[in-house]
Amino acid sequence: MATTTVEGAAPAHEHAEELDFYKASRGIKSWLLTLDHKRIGLMYLAGVLLAFFAAGVIAIIFRAELMTPQIDLLAPAVGEGSATIGRELYNKLFTLHGAMMVFVFIIPAIPAALGNFLLPLMLGAKDVAFPRLNLLSFYVWLTGTLILILAILAGQLDTGWTFYTPYSTSTHGAAPVVLAVTGAFVLGFSSILTGLNFVVTVHKMRAPGLTWNRMPLMIWALYSTAVIQVLATPVLAITLLLLLFENAFNVGIFNPAMGGDPVLFQHFFWFYSHPAVYIMILPGFGIISEIIAIHSRKHIFGYKAIALSSVSIAVISFLVWGHHMFVSGQSEFASALFSFLTFAVAVPTAIKVFSWVATLYKGSISFNTPMLYGLIFIFTFSIGGLTGLHLGTLSTDVHFHDSYFVVAHFHYVMMGGTVIAFIGGLHHWFPKMFGKMYNENHGRIGALLVFLGFNLTFFSQFVLGAQGMPRRYAEYDPEFQGWHVASSIGSFILAAGLLWTLIYLLMALKNGKKATANPWGGASLEWATSSPPIAHNFHDTPHVDSDPYNFPEIDHTMKTGHH
Amino acid sequence: MSTAVDAGQHAEAGHGHDAHPAYLQHHFDNPQQQEGAAKLGMWLFLGTELLMFSGLFLAYFYMRSQYPEMVHEYHEYLNKWMGALNTLFLITSSLTMALAVRSAQVGKAKLSGRLLLVTIAFGLAFMVVKYLEYSAKFEHGLLPGDAFAEHVAGGVQAGWYGGPQLFFGIYFIMTGLHGVHVLIGIGLLVWIYVKTQRGAFSGNYYTPVENVGLYWHLVDLIWIFLFPLLYLVK
Repeated sequence: MATTTVEGAAPAHEHAEELDFYKASRGIKSWLLTLDHKRIGLMYLAGVLLAFFAAGVIAIIFRAELMTPQIDLLAPAVGEGSATIGRELYNKLFTLHGAMMVFVFIIPAIPAALGNFLLPLMLGAKDVAFPRLNLLSFYVWLTGTLILILAILAGQLDTGWTFYTPYSTSTHGAAPVVLAVTGAFVLGFSSILTGLNFVVTVHKMRAPGLTWNRMPLMIWALYSTAVIQVLATPVLAITLLLLLFENAFNVGIFNPAMGGDPVLFQHFFWFYSHPAVYIMILPGFGIISEIIAIHSRKHIFGYKAIALSSVSIAVISFLVWGHHMFVSGQSEFASALFSFLTFAVAVPTAIKVFSWVATLYKGSISFNTPMLYGLIFIFTFSIGGLTGLHLGTLSTDVHFHDSYFVVAHFHYVMMGGTVIAFIGGLHHWFPKMFGKMYNENHGRIGALLVFLGFNLTFFSQFVLGAQGMPRRYAEYDPEFQGWHVASSIGSFILAAGLLWTLIYLLMALKNGKKATANPWGGASLEWATSSPPIAHNFHDTPHVDSDPYNFPEIDHTMKTGHH
Repeated sequence: MSTAVDAGQHAEAGHGHDAHPAYLQHHFDNPQQQEGAAKLGMWLFLGTELLMFSGLFLAYFYMRSQYPEMVHEYHEYLNKWMGALNTLFLITSSLTMALAVRSAQVGKAKLSGRLLLVTIAFGLAFMVVKYLEYSAKFEHGLLPGDAFAEHVAGGVQAGWYGGPQLFFGIYFIMTGLHGVHVLIGIGLLVWIYVKTQRGAFSGNYYTPVENVGLYWHLVDLIWIFLFPLLYLVK
């Protein structure tokens, strides 16, 4: 590979060379039509944060409704059938919350927003392999999101985010389901484009000397994620296409009344959607590996084990979809097999958790905001992961299926895992992305509120689920009220913590201290360029001759035994 | 989706730098890196296409295992000869496509252009035959779901459980999605032809021709599975 950079010689590039990518070109058009991965990443970031906010507000509304056993908040005060109106509204709200959070927010959150910004920087490349495809993926994402929002405005979408048949092909006329499914279909293509781009970028765009075993673990995680995006999403695309077709022509592929099979839909759907939860969590693992190592100033423990566990999770993720269907009537043999394979996922996942804890051991830990989120992640994700074993066990799953236990498990993994990692990553790379520092004390207060609020919200739901509270009900028996109130109060604290975080980060954008190129003393390539980076990322193509977790000061004291 | 082909190697003109040939995009270090990226991207894209169609094949096999007699009875309504003719068209077009790629590789742009035209002609011929087949099905009401006419095929009722409307549903969605891919392929071939005529390719740079060729072979390959599964059920 070439060892020196060959910069474009056009005069425009020469002036721009010293300016950061915000200043390199100006005007709204230079953003909307940009091919710069950093700008595309930031546009994604703005988009996913808006979606997170909207879907979060919906969650707060129905948590407020669940403070009392009766339907009251969502129902009109008087009139015939006001309770029914309230119940239907509740069904729509949880559908919107799930569909927005899964398809619009959490799938693109880390790979498309943070990943887009960081991947080429961490690889020492000027851009991703296909910059135009990258911009296209953003607009495809935007289109899919708008279609989904249109479905929401059209009303009557109350299938839950899974669109299970036959309900989704027979309810309220087909229009809202058709719109929503089209939206999810389009969003899937955006995800495929990002994944394809990232796989090629990692294979072909690494800087000289950056061998596979010197790649930051964030790259390994993004790479594994991208592989799943490329392999699983097309199956979702065809599933949704068949669902659209069935809705439009009454063909009866999934509808039992016409000779179809609803369980076939579940197989199709989970063949994508189970790997998809690893699309959501794997990049989070990557962020945590970076945060834990850098902020404890110690070489990551078990580099190769962590790297390969990402890949093996990606592989096993394709073989476990049946654990969503233990009570669907699939064969007992299949269920037993899927149960066993589900336990197998716990092995590489546990390897990661143990390696992070071992990295902390005798490290020089700074309790700054990114590290706090890293520690919160280990705590909450471990609870989420271990309760996954309850659900992967055949006998206990029969009891827990479709209860709040599932809801709590899912949120411990997705919110306590991915979202916590996302917020941690946002703080960790905030100086790099925006060239400003946030206030560390504000950050710590935010992390505390989020931690307390999150656990109060969802730990209560484990208890509710174990006691038999089914998911997706607007009303419940009075005996459950105590835990429901606790959960709702928790969600308000969580919301306050997130709003607080948003506010101090926005304030830091304006008034924050200027960040240096490498405020945390990181050893991977993104810290080797200015904050924020120049338009072409690096003045000269960087050369890599050591690994990204080389923090000499602490490793030296470890070896010699002097403190 | 066609942009996956396009965006990969579309040459960014106007750099005018000695070390940078006109077709080399600025974020790549050298032509080998660009070519490798474009080809890997294309193969991954073909992988996504295969996985997408694999879902349809699964749906087909499921239907066939559930209703073997129905499938056997109603596949007779498809015209084997038209299917065979189309198979011939596509296989021959794959040959001319391969020859066009080869000609581009050895720098014979003129020959490559002519072969691309022949490939386009076969693609169009495929679509014409498809059109004739589809119009016959529409005429006789052999259609998916509710559109399946009641009066045909020995007076069976529309919408009955596991009936022929299911077979024609699968038939139309599989051949329809394939037909869309043929149309996209023809569009890409026209694009490559125009670029060839403008002298964009040489023995040093022909990646887009190769990638469109790969796509065209995949479209051909999928048809080779569709034809026996739908037309030649035993």
